[in-house]
Amino acid sequence: MKNTLRQVFHSSKFVGGFIIFALILLTMIIYPLINPGNPLEQIGVGTFAKPGTYVSLYDSLSSPLETMRLPGADDKRLAKSLSDEDRVAMVEWFTAMDISVEGLDITDTDAMLDLWFANYDTSAKPKGMTMAKRNYYQRLNNNLLDIRAGDTLVIATNNEETGELEEKSAVTKTDYVNIGEVANVKTLPLGTDNFGRDVLKQLVSACGTSIRIGLVAGLVATLIGLSLGLLAGYMGGIADDLIMFVTNIFTVIPGFVLLILITNSVGQEQRGATLVAVVIGLTSWTWTARSVRSQVISLRNRDHVNLSKLSGHSMIRIVLTDILPYIASYVVMAFILQVSSGILAEAQLSLLGLGPRTTTTATLGLMMNWAMLYSAHTNGSWWAYFPVILTITLISFSLNLMNTGLDQVFNPTLRD
Amino acid sequence: MSETMRSKDFSKAPLCLSGRGVTKVFGLGDKKTVAVDHVDFDFHEGEFVSIVGESGSGKTTLSKMLLGLSNQTAGEILFQGKTRDISSGAKRKEYWKGIQAIFQDPFASFNTFNKIDTVLLDCINMRGGKNLSKKEKFDMMTEACSFVNLKFAELTNKYPFELSGGQMQRLMIARIFLLKPKILLADEPTSMVDACSRATILDMLLQLRDEVGMTIIFITHDIGLAYYISDTVYIMEHGKFVEYGKADEVILAPKAAYTKRLISDVPKIHEEWDLSTVDELSVG
Repeated sequence: MKNTLRQVFHSSKFVGGFIIFALILLTMIIYPLINPGNPLEQIGVGTFAKPGTYVSLYDSLSSPLETMRLPGADDKRLAKSLSDEDRVAMVEWFTAMDISVEGLDITDTDAMLDLWFANYDTSAKPKGMTMAKRNYYQRLNNNLLDIRAGDTLVIATNNEETGELEEKSAVTKTDYVNIGEVANVKTLPLGTDNFGRDVLKQLVSACGTSIRIGLVAGLVATLIGLSLGLLAGYMGGIADDLIMFVTNIFTVIPGFVLLILITNSVGQEQRGATLVAVVIGLTSWTWTARSVRSQVISLRNRDHVNLSKLSGHSMIRIVLTDILPYIASYVVMAFILQVSSGILAEAQLSLLGLGPRTTTTATLGLMMNWAMLYSAHTNGSWWAYFPVILTITLISFSLNLMNTGLDQVFNPTLRD
Repeated sequence: MSETMRSKDFSKAPLCLSGRGVTKVFGLGDKKTVAVDHVDFDFHEGEFVSIVGESGSGKTTLSKMLLGLSNQTAGEILFQGKTRDISSGAKRKEYWKGIQAIFQDPFASFNTFNKIDTVLLDCINMRGGKNLSKKEKFDMMTEACSFVNLKFAELTNKYPFELSGGQMQRLMIARIFLLKPKILLADEPTSMVDACSRATILDMLLQLRDEVGMTIIFITHDIGLAYYISDTVYIMEHGKFVEYGKADEVILAPKAAYTKRLISDVPKIHEEWDLSTVDELSVG
């Protein structure tokens, strides 16, 4: 046993798959601790917010403020607040008032403003200028005064005793907030989905649900397949014929069609995650049964089984102690593959809208279903479906890798 | 091996296991293979019987039927004079208290997941010793192991695969020592062990026969070995007994051509190996 385990962990394929799977599991455990809360909570209004860090404007103001002269930042702000049209209009005014604009750089906001405030006069009436145009220059002047002033925002809170607003702090337009000290920042590495829900958080929780569905489906399929295979293989005769007849029928009926029919007939209301998992398990046990049966047939005439019979052991004991341990490694491999195909089957079903009906948990298939229904693929919201596809691929890749690794350990002829 | 033993006449001894028209057919129709074809036999109490034949002659199929591990297609097997009934699990269990086996390949005979203690404890339990104290069970196992020159104290908590082939086969005999069945069916127990172990094992079988009064059915392809140890020899060819009788009579004065061929195929020390009959017979 110890040796087998050591051998298994020396197989690079198994270790590779194991590490990927363990990382996925670790993320599933750790991420909800870092980022607790309901994964299906709608944190945003509107669909498909892009991945990025979102800062709430309101909350950032209550954080400590620093006034900084960040190079060029102030100039940039000034330059931005003066439109090109306004600049042209200002130059027009200067020429109308016969002020020399020689050497004036129209993009130099500071110089423009200096010249403006030095010369502008409300009462001045340049020749041939309409009243409307003069009013326009007055409004422009007021705006320009504001730009220079760097108007202050006052943050006030209600005083609980007097019920009056009290000034807490003032923020000017030149203030900067350290992003680390902002109270309410939401980083959405994968943005939001169509309902405004955090995709990453949802993905992590969906991953857990899907693996659980896979485990239940794999367990059901392996248990049915194993017990039928053991019975058919060990008992032989009529029992074997009967079980194989049923197995062949199930093999011939396309599993996925059967799955669709069953989940569809169960009805929208009853279709929970566990039920879908059980249904997946009920339709995918056939090849486990077949292969377990053939393994058991080759084992049942071995001398150690005969010896066990001669020792007066019951059939159940012989099957459990003399046959099952010899095929245990094979059963583990079959189970891993069943889990992987269970996860894929759930994704396929859900993509068709036949997955678990749930408003409380997400599954990988449901996430793809939602992304598809809200046309994430056509409006370029890759973050709503691509990470899901990647996760499914990684899970089944890691499981299959582990399976191949185990196969090479247990079947030495396959070793390269 | 004493000459008195060899000359003992078993035909008067009580019958232990006999067969009338025992037949085993595999498959149906065109693919039908008759592995054992209407054989009759009488094995007596305390008799050492050898069934000799080459590979494919039906020895192992016959032994499976004798053990009750497979059912005969036709014919009747009588155990201690009565028709054997192994129709239910309980009856089979009762039958297996009377007949036990040692198999050819010691490495395949043990469940590699069970410790040696489990193998021996099963035998004690089967003999109704389930309620014995730990000490008594330990003493029984130690006695059985010392009978086959093994030290139980060294074997306890070990797995069968940690032993050598010879040790494993001796452990099988220790099992038989604990079970003390009426009949022991040994299916080529020495073909997979070295020559020294072979002599030891054969010696132990004979000792068991003498001490317990067991009937031993020894299945082998080695007619020389059969001559050396058995009282009675059955020669099997293509599922039929072509010749049987006292070991001396069959082997020193063979009547059937097949027996002659088997004898001539045995290599003899100090003599040139006569291979001429091989070609002659296989051509004919």
